[in-house]
Amino acid sequence: MSHTNPQQIEYNLKVVRQFAVMTVIWGIIGMSLGVFIAAQLIWPELNFDTPWLTYSRLRPLHTNAVIFAFGTSALMGTSFYIVQKTCKTALFSNKLASFVFWSWQTVIVLAVITLPLGLTSTKEYAELEWPIDILIALSWVAYIIVFFGTLVKRRTSHIYVANWFYGGFIVTIAVLHIVNSMAVPVSLTKSYSLYSGAVDAMVQWWYGHNAVGFLLTAGFLGMMYYFVPKQAERPVYSYRLSVVHFWALISLYIWAGPHHLHYTALPDWAQSLGMVMSVILFVPSWGGMINGIMTLSGAWHKLKTDPILRFLIVSLSFYGMSTFEGPMMAIKSVNALSHYTDWTVGHVHSGALGWVAMITIGSLYYLIPRLWSQTQMHSVKWINVHFWLHTIGVVLYIVALWISGVMQGLMWRAVNAADGTLTYSFVESVEASYPFWFIRFVGGLFIVAGMILMAVNCYRTIRAGSPTVETLDVEPAPAHTAPQSA
Amino acid sequence: MDYITWRSFYTVLVFVLFIGVVWWAYSKGSKKRFDEAANSIFDEDELTTTNKSTKQESKNNE
Repeated sequence: MSHTNPQQIEYNLKVVRQFAVMTVIWGIIGMSLGVFIAAQLIWPELNFDTPWLTYSRLRPLHTNAVIFAFGTSALMGTSFYIVQKTCKTALFSNKLASFVFWSWQTVIVLAVITLPLGLTSTKEYAELEWPIDILIALSWVAYIIVFFGTLVKRRTSHIYVANWFYGGFIVTIAVLHIVNSMAVPVSLTKSYSLYSGAVDAMVQWWYGHNAVGFLLTAGFLGMMYYFVPKQAERPVYSYRLSVVHFWALISLYIWAGPHHLHYTALPDWAQSLGMVMSVILFVPSWGGMINGIMTLSGAWHKLKTDPILRFLIVSLSFYGMSTFEGPMMAIKSVNALSHYTDWTVGHVHSGALGWVAMITIGSLYYLIPRLWSQTQMHSVKWINVHFWLHTIGVVLYIVALWISGVMQGLMWRAVNAADGTLTYSFVESVEASYPFWFIRFVGGLFIVAGMILMAVNCYRTIRAGSPTVETLDVEPAPAHTAPQSA
Repeated sequence: MDYITWRSFYTVLVFVLFIGVVWWAYSKGSKKRFDEAANSIFDEDELTTTNKSTKQESKNNE
């Protein structure tokens, strides 16, 4: 044939590299902020009587930094890597991909500036004011175009399952962000939500829980479905299960939001609906976890020697644990005990530090050497040390908050049998929580120490290597007849 | 169609669609395609050797 001269396409790894580096940096910043505000709970004078260092302003900065800076940078970077690799084609547009990176980093820098200044829309996980919201929307639309554009020009017939999860995450977050951020601006830095009352609360938690379901779950499941099989060097346990997993997960998650509003002004039927849907969510969640962990079936010995795989598999164990805990906490009678206590905070962090951070860290340890033409990280031993630092930190954190959470719940509901008055004042429950907050703070120190070790390891790896140039030989599109001679 | 009727219809519709997805995913016809898809991420030169050893390992397990 006359068309057998191979053409070369070059993968866009530059944007992946940029996101990978920023993920590590934002991870350290976001988690250090967490440790700092954890310390403020124990030693309140740490706010130094400065308004922009108060807990109330730094807490949203912490959540924004870990979710949207660390987590979302990781998702954007890995999705751009995976979509190119599995579709065997370069990104739809390098310019647009670069715009996604720079606009997203701008959003985060603006968050770092505005949140400590006290500029906030007060919606949890959507605190940023309207001009930044518009930039987020623009950045996200560009992300949609690059990701789906790449899927459209793919050179494979099938779309690998990881892309389905990433795709579900990207589309849903766009819808959630735009609907929840609808606001009436009154000045450049102040706006009021378009919704009011119970509707506002429901829209907010429809957004809030689906940010958990689609950003912190579906997106990272996409990461899981690529990096776990790659690192284990075996295909996913059951591809068919992954298909069912995807459709079940995305059709159920959207309903779970009302469980954040139990015993509030939200209509009772909506609360019950949210509870039932949350409990059902246990099934696809565990289906996915089992699918990930069982990928190692027959190769368990790899866990002994491979700390990267250990990160990935333990992250799935934490995922399983928090997706059991979540549905349980969504049951109204359990929620009556757990809501507004540290138990919720512990649950979130078992998901965020156990599942999201560990799958990200494992994926980055896989990715970084490959992005800088190395065969492995500078020190595999350090990865192992990081693994133990992180695991010990997470366990300290969540166990401490389980105990303090249940304790707080029990203290708040305790009444004196004689006259029905409350046994404890609120401040007594605060005082009783101090030892656990200290353990939580120590756990956080372990985690940040691990992240700093990771940063050094990455720095040494990157310095020893040079940016990978990866090309793919392709024949002109329609020709897949006779095997080509090189 | 009033709201309640539509919601009831929609619930049944989603249930039927879900059963359809399960049936499709686990049908004999899709098996080969899905196995290929699961292995597609290893279609890179770097992993041709490791891929072979994986297959052997899983045979040993049976």
